[in-house]
Amino acid sequence: MTHTAPLTNQAGTARTRPPRAGRSRRRTGPYPLYFLLVPAVIYGVFFALPTLLSFYYSFTRWDLFTATWIGVDNYRAFFGEQALVTGLRNTLVFGVLTSGAKVVLGFLLALMLTSKIIARGYLRSVIFFPVLVSTIGVGLTFTILMNPERGLINQALGTIGVAGPGWLTDPALALISVALVDIWKGVGLATVIFIAGLVSIPTEYYEAAALDGASKFQIVRNVMLPLCRPATASVITLSLIGGLRSFDLIWAMTKGGPGFASDVIASVIYKQYQAGFYGLSTAGSVVLFLLVTIIMVPLTWWLNRGEDN
Amino acid sequence: MRNVRGVIGGGVAIIVTGIFFLIPFAFILLTAAKDKTESALLEFSWPKNFVLFENLQAAFVARDYLMIIAFFNSLVLTVVSVAALVIFSAMVAYIWQRRGGRSAGFVNAAVLLGLIVPPAIVPTVFVLQKLGLFKTMPGLIFIEIAYGLPFCILLFRAFLAGIPRELDEAALVDGAGPMSIFFRVILPVMKSVIVTVTILQTVFIYNDFQNPLYFLPGSGAPTIQTTLMGFQSQFLTQYHLLFATILLVTLPPLIMFIFFNRKIVEGMAAGSVKG
Repeated sequence: MTHTAPLTNQAGTARTRPPRAGRSRRRTGPYPLYFLLVPAVIYGVFFALPTLLSFYYSFTRWDLFTATWIGVDNYRAFFGEQALVTGLRNTLVFGVLTSGAKVVLGFLLALMLTSKIIARGYLRSVIFFPVLVSTIGVGLTFTILMNPERGLINQALGTIGVAGPGWLTDPALALISVALVDIWKGVGLATVIFIAGLVSIPTEYYEAAALDGASKFQIVRNVMLPLCRPATASVITLSLIGGLRSFDLIWAMTKGGPGFASDVIASVIYKQYQAGFYGLSTAGSVVLFLLVTIIMVPLTWWLNRGEDN
Repeated sequence: MRNVRGVIGGGVAIIVTGIFFLIPFAFILLTAAKDKTESALLEFSWPKNFVLFENLQAAFVARDYLMIIAFFNSLVLTVVSVAALVIFSAMVAYIWQRRGGRSAGFVNAAVLLGLIVPPAIVPTVFVLQKLGLFKTMPGLIFIEIAYGLPFCILLFRAFLAGIPRELDEAALVDGAGPMSIFFRVILPVMKSVIVTVTILQTVFIYNDFQNPLYFLPGSGAPTIQTTLMGFQSQFLTQYHLLFATILLVTLPPLIMFIFFNRKIVEGMAAGSVKG
């Protein structure tokens, strides 16, 4: 590409000035739109186009070669089958549980790691490291640690006289167990975000609060919590989006089992895809899209709005 | 006096985090060092017969050196995707931040959608098939770039807001074209955010499991994460080899963490608090 492209561009945008006018060149000249071309094509072809196509194909019976319009049958199947409805409910439970726990635990850990205790750097590293580790590796390891008879967790519980549950074999518990591992792996990120939020609070606020005779609890409640609201918003947004879409950990630990007790929408999409029900799988993608959007758009708006006040 | 509390608090925290965060990793290491019979007991104990290096070797050799092929594939995937992501997202963020106007609104919408919308899997497979890119490494690389762009663009944009426009204008007055302003003036001053983006995306893409599973299936060119998942059924009764593999897969992030600890933690925090 040569310099002609930006000149023609700016001729289009700055109508009143001739293309070679110095002022106009300074305004848009060095920022040509052709910089966006390659990334826009990649994003458009590999992300935006499939998203648009999903709306059409979710109304078809589809084998990737021919698609037959069947109206809302896929959605009827999706909401009619118990396994898939469980997946929808589990997605919500998993997302809310993990992001809620990450907010609470992350904030408490950040409070601890910004207080005057020893070995803060070490503790931060230890809590943060699981964030970087392979989700599959973590999932397989915990599957073995959670083995009902021989797993380390239940053996440790046994030595203090507690009969450990069948973490991943009990249908009522499997999803919660995976959520616990997700919290274990992700709480470090929430913690460092909260630490960044807490250390950015100017010390004047603490001094003023101390002068007014505020207790430690009051300082946390009335100074730290409201002032690190942007950090809270980030943690909620990040972990909720991640939690609702979550697939890797569930697939590594239970594959949605036992039965379909820990299936989420993302694992249902994969199972339907594997089984060759492409239209149904695509309907699952659309359901997940709608679920994430319905939750995230108002939530993001609300979190950011509060920030301006 | 205050320090006494700090020592007690820190001591308790060291023990508690040790139990919750270090024991799982110690378990991986210990099991990877045991022989087959002892590893099957799943106990948290020192190996009677310390065979860590034999196990690592066996994990490498298993299934005709599949691990080595997988490591190589993951390396190619990660390096190419991250390099492309850095250049492309820096360019988009530069135009977005500097230019404003309608194009900025368009980029803003695309970035927000990209962050929130979960990708539609089967239509993506369909598009890849039409382009002849399904089950190919280039196809998967395009996918990683497309999915990674929004987050990286946000990081770059936040950083660019702190770089004065006068810098671009001075270069413009000196007669530099857009390409040379961007590559010779802007990119060099963004060094620190480039490092952040590189580290974060390296970790994300190296650890990615779902996209290789969908878009690069089959045994031809697996990545390290899909290979690890495949070993799980292969090594169902060979826990020493399974954990040797988990250990190998965990080593690269560990090495990165040792060298870039501060940079990673700061980058993650900065990248997450909205740009």
